Amino acid sequence: MLDKNGIAKRIAKEVKDGYYVNLGIGIPTLVANFVREDISVEFQSENGVLGMGPFPFEGEEDADIINAGKQTITTLPGASFFDSAMSFGMIRGKHVDLTILGAMEVAENGDIANWKIPGKMVKGMGGAMDLVASAENIIVAMMHTNKAGQSKLLKKCSLPLTGVGCVKKIVTNLAVMEVTSDGFKLLERAPGVSVETIVAATEGKLVVEGEVPEMAS
Amino acid sequence: MIKKTVPNVEDALKGVASGMTFMLGGFGLCGIPENAIAELVKLGIKDITCISNNAGVDDFGLGLLLQQHQIKKMISSYVGENDEFERQMLSGELEVELTPQGTLAEKCRAAQAGFPAFYTPAGYGTEVAEGKETREFDGKMYVLEPAYKADFSFVKAWKGDEAGNLIFKGTARNFNPCMCGAATVTVAEVEELLPAGSLDPNEIHVPGIFVQRIFQGTHYEKRIEQRTVRQKA
Repeated sequence: MLDKNGIAKRIAKEVKDGYYVNLGIGIPTLVANFVREDISVEFQSENGVLGMGPFPFEGEEDADIINAGKQTITTLPGASFFDSAMSFGMIRGKHVDLTILGAMEVAENGDIANWKIPGKMVKGMGGAMDLVASAENIIVAMMHTNKAGQSKLLKKCSLPLTGVGCVKKIVTNLAVMEVTSDGFKLLERAPGVSVETIVAATEGKLVVEGEVPEMAS
Repeated sequence: MIKKTVPNVEDALKGVASGMTFMLGGFGLCGIPENAIAELVKLGIKDITCISNNAGVDDFGLGLLLQQHQIKKMISSYVGENDEFERQMLSGELEVELTPQGTLAEKCRAAQAGFPAFYTPAGYGTEVAEGKETREFDGKMYVLEPAYKADFSFVKAWKGDEAGNLIFKGTARNFNPCMCGAATVTVAEVEELLPAGSLDPNEIHVPGIFVQRIFQGTHYEKRIEQRTVRQKA
């Protein structure tokens, strides 16, 4: 079974040379720590920066340079700043190659819910609806089940949707899956996790073909 | 040169009144028009509709207007980090319209650029699209979103000149340029107000034509919402 860093590490393998990548808040943010150093990648933050670097050293924080999580950040050589309309132009216009975000629920047809729980305080969707509606390549990083132990991979989302038919791949603490027209296709098992465990934790249709390899570490 | 300078925030906000709709720049607390917000608190006008990506925190940014119950409606994409906001929203005192962030930015830009509305894929198939016109282009579905209409835009820039030209710093740019010229009156406050000719025309982010009033801001706190640092190895 993977922890949050393990999920981030596995997703980092999906980040290819030359990619512009948008990382959501939570596990997706950790992905930046595991991207190979021998490839060229730029991270976009929707509040208006491309070429995000690590957090600043203490005493070097700049209130005018933050990421979408409102954290102080730095920029790397080649970075640029832009306004919000241009930022979402990059996203809507499919110039960003990969979007990695968290989710509360994903359905077997690729629907995603990650912004609202009825009856609870709604904080808003931020840029999530724009990202999922336009990105060609969306990977969801999340736990396979919620705190109550219920599957987050469903036939149909029960929560209000963020986007329809948009998720391409899901990496959880238990498995890597691809969204296909037949449902969730199991691609890899997390270390030490059996196919039976994954089947039991998946409410939506799970397609298991032949031997499912264990994730390479 | 057409001069846009006004001597202070009091003159800059002349004409604001209860019941108006305002656009306010900023992302979180980054790049917010601190001086204009403080003056709105002082003026005590009520029943304001605010178009702003976020709603500040309890004791800073738009949170200051919320404390005084001056806001009737918030149009935002994300409104966490504010307990008073939550209380007013749950009690029904405050009306909230949640809008996808890119749509919010574009609704401002559309108002600036003279588009009555535009189609966006964001929110299609979700509750955001309920009751809105949808249309298919090349096999993909889009939602029609109208431009905003506002009485005043309050933006904050790093440097500006007497002609109203603006330059922003870092991610404090965010929604500010999109809101310039998107309301009847655009008020820009700047950290450094310079004589015309001081800024390189090649480096202007927003031309002065989109700005009606510009003033030298004072006492910028520039509060950091999430101070994150790493240790030196």
